Amino acid sequence: MPPFERFYTDHRDEILGYLTRVLGREDAEDAFQETFLRALRAYPKLEHGRHLRAWVFTIASRIAVDEHRRRRPAGEAPESAVEDRGPAYAEIAHLTDELPPTERAAVVLRYGYDLAYEDIGAALGSSEEAARQAASSGVRRLRRRRSE
Amino acid sequence: MTFPAELDRRFRDAAAAAGLLDVAYDVMDSPIGPLLVAVSPRGLCRISFEGEAALDDLAARAGTRVLRSPRPVEEARRELDEYFEGRRRGFGLRVDLHGLPVFQRRVLEELVRVHYGEVATYGTLAARIGKPRAARAVGGALNRNPVPVVVPCHRIVGASGSLVGYAGGLERKRALLELEGAAV
Repeated sequence: MPPFERFYTDHRDEILGYLTRVLGREDAEDAFQETFLRALRAYPKLEHGRHLRAWVFTIASRIAVDEHRRRRPAGEAPESAVEDRGPAYAEIAHLTDELPPTERAAVVLRYGYDLAYEDIGAALGSSEEAARQAASSGVRRLRRRRSE
Repeated sequence: MTFPAELDRRFRDAAAAAGLLDVAYDVMDSPIGPLLVAVSPRGLCRISFEGEAALDDLAARAGTRVLRSPRPVEEARRELDEYFEGRRRGFGLRVDLHGLPVFQRRVLEELVRVHYGEVATYGTLAARIGKPRAARAVGGALNRNPVPVVVPCHRIVGASGSLVGYAGGLERKRALLELEGAAV
């Protein structure tokens, strides 16, 4: 296991970027602090230093999704997915704000940070397949909105 | 992208305040170059001339939750600053030698009795711990001293009075002895 300092400095930029994207600047800072405090509590229990990036995204995503649910308890239910053709993230980044929390997290993790669906599933507390569906459902919703 | 300094500082303070760190450290300037100064909940556990290269070693010895966090290190910094300014002759800091071999701990604990401005030889130190023939082993233990300056291995010299060796380099050893006004 690397010393926590190295883990923290390796990942703090993209975790803050991710949380800012999904929560907005104001809430991102509190969520950032909570993410790394939780990571610090759990760090001694990790058995090896592989997958640390996916692991910290998992923690950050759970915090972000909880924060969304706290804000909007009656969030929209995700639609089932049909296709997933992987749009260029820059094209859709500014639109993801309007997606339901789980879809938004899945789209941002997949296209913004190139995480595997297996890792996104772990991050969102669901299966790999559910993560794939949330991402493609989000993408379909974005396409629909763009063509409206 | 430059990471927001205020957010970074808040996290580092919060981590220490929550008692979640095995080791907090900071890097300070000194007349003998930058020093990495690290404290565990038991006390001062590392002073290094090598900067953050010492982090892996610290994590192996004291635990992986090693984070740069200035606040817990403030007292050690202050005492070291006073020492380097010539205003302090002894340290009041608790020193954490936990995890070191028994022989090395004995050597380092005995070393604290060699006072500011004095020097002793490796052989004398070996005799003081009841192992008069172990001068070479004493040298090895001093070479791996995790808290130089505060545990003053720079005050140990060869039988002829020559400086012999120092993990931080002979120039630093000479500078420390000159600062203390030791006759070498």
